[in-house]
Amino acid sequence: MSEDGTEPAGEQASQPGAAMGLDLGHLEGSGAIPERFTNPGLPPHVHRLADHDELAARRAERQVATLFGISMVATVIFLVAYFAIDQNTYQFIPGIGQANLSNIVLGVSLGLSLLCIGLGAVHWAKTLMPDTEVTEQRHPQRSSPEARDQAVSTIMAGGEASQLARRPLIKYTLGGALGLFALPLVVQLAGSLGPLPKAALSTTFWRKGMRLMRDPELTPIKASDVTIGSVFHVMPEGIDKSDHLLEEKAKAAVLLIGMDPADIKVPKERSWGHDGIVAYSKICTHVGCPVGLYEHRTHHLLCPCHQSTFDVTQDCQVIFGPAHRPLPQLKITVDAEGYLVADSPFREAVGPSFWERG
Amino acid sequence: MKALGSRRRHPAAIAVLLLLGLVVTGGLYSLLAPKPAQAAVATTDDVGAGTKLFLANCATCHGISGHGSQTGPTLAGVGAAAVDFQVGTGRMPLAQPGVQAARSDKVMFTDQQIASLAAYVATLGPGPSVPDSQYTNGDGNIAHGNELFKVNCAMCHNFAGSGGALTRGKYAPSLRNISGKQIFEAMATGPESMPVFNDNNLSPADKNDIISYLHELDKNKNPGGLNLGNLGPVSEGMFIWVFGLSLMVGAAVWLGSKAA
Repeated sequence: MSEDGTEPAGEQASQPGAAMGLDLGHLEGSGAIPERFTNPGLPPHVHRLADHDELAARRAERQVATLFGISMVATVIFLVAYFAIDQNTYQFIPGIGQANLSNIVLGVSLGLSLLCIGLGAVHWAKTLMPDTEVTEQRHPQRSSPEARDQAVSTIMAGGEASQLARRPLIKYTLGGALGLFALPLVVQLAGSLGPLPKAALSTTFWRKGMRLMRDPELTPIKASDVTIGSVFHVMPEGIDKSDHLLEEKAKAAVLLIGMDPADIKVPKERSWGHDGIVAYSKICTHVGCPVGLYEHRTHHLLCPCHQSTFDVTQDCQVIFGPAHRPLPQLKITVDAEGYLVADSPFREAVGPSFWERG
Repeated sequence: MKALGSRRRHPAAIAVLLLLGLVVTGGLYSLLAPKPAQAAVATTDDVGAGTKLFLANCATCHGISGHGSQTGPTLAGVGAAAVDFQVGTGRMPLAQPGVQAARSDKVMFTDQQIASLAAYVATLGPGPSVPDSQYTNGDGNIAHGNELFKVNCAMCHNFAGSGGALTRGKYAPSLRNISGKQIFEAMATGPESMPVFNDNNLSPADKNDIISYLHELDKNKNPGGLNLGNLGPVSEGMFIWVFGLSLMVGAAVWLGSKAA
């Protein structure tokens, strides 16, 4: 870009007979809108510096050539660097730190090379290529009346020759055949949307008596292991034998939290837990992200996707963010050996809302 | 001055002025903003038994007997590991009140002093002790550590261990280049907002696997380019909105403008 001249204020020639200037004082109008507004036409063409100044044109030429030249140099740097720089060289780069030298040099040189070609081309077009405004009229789309009549008569003659009007049986059966043929396409399209989910959205892998297992080792958890302030990431017993492992895991994930029973404010939450140990679905009720960010001082449970925050002391009520429902609680108890087990499946659907759930 | 005046209608003038204003404001702020006062720490004599150190440095908030006060929690049952972690990472003594104590390179005590402080606090109640070096040396199973890290840690500390935001200004700190002992102690004691991962949940060998994984992450080299903190889509999206979009707008303006 030329750094010398400021932008010349676009010298707009005032259009005679067009809009009235603000400095022309008050003029009594007739109050009526004119029949047609006159076409103000294009503003007069303003010549560029390079159009009438040969020196400026030569300068623009040099600038374009310099940009193309930089591009060539950068490409040569790329080619040299490709062979010269070892793949495993690490070098301190200001602003980035230790980084792979080869990748950085290759990326920067190739980027610069392409960028300069583009900059040069644009600068060339803007300063030297012709810039006069050209108006090209659209050709009429309507055919001539003769051609239109001829087209109609050709179609009518074809219909007459095929005896379509005389033999209505063919006409109606052809219509029926073509119409029916559309159905298989529609049926395939609807069928390929997949089977109906049925109850899969409302149920999870959890059943009464299933042990709570550590994820990912799938080892059972003793109630005495869960000290106050600790958190276990839990999967149901036997989930590794499930036919649809990933689908089931995505619904059955549970967060087990050890709390001081005195901190729990809701009687239902206390009675569904065991001695201050409570289990909640880890699937956010907003759009189903895993809610795992538990702060053991504030008892806030935060979803990392959209910052929905649940208060574990209040039965996981939503206290912030876009989620609408509290996280479903899993009723737990201990079995004869002291391991934590589910006392019932989830009583409500886990995860985000869906149509039938409301 | 005349040359400057003649350029005041240049299209870049507004951008240059804005930038100048921002730089001046920022520079002035950093010069004039109040600095956190440096707490004068009495380097007590080498006799420095834990009790004396505690009374001199910690009792103001944690109470004379270490059972807490309105400004600080009780230390009964936090164990020696908690002291070693909080003091050893420079979080305690607290530099200034806030939502969360920040890690600081300025550790106020020597290892010897920390050890005696930890010994004193450990007498207040049973709690996790400073881990044995065989569980913190980071020569465990890296793949298993990766699996455990993704389930138990990554939601707060980020898949690359770069840390992340929590509620109301709290945050999970970065885990890059942290010693194995401090990682172990954090899991065992649950500092700040972090829940506890006791030895029944993640066994000492499991913890060592996680440490091994994190140390392996530290060895990763940058293949080139800005990593923008490895914070994921938020920082990357912000970068492209601010820089990428303004570049695009600039290019569009340039393409549409008429040459002089």
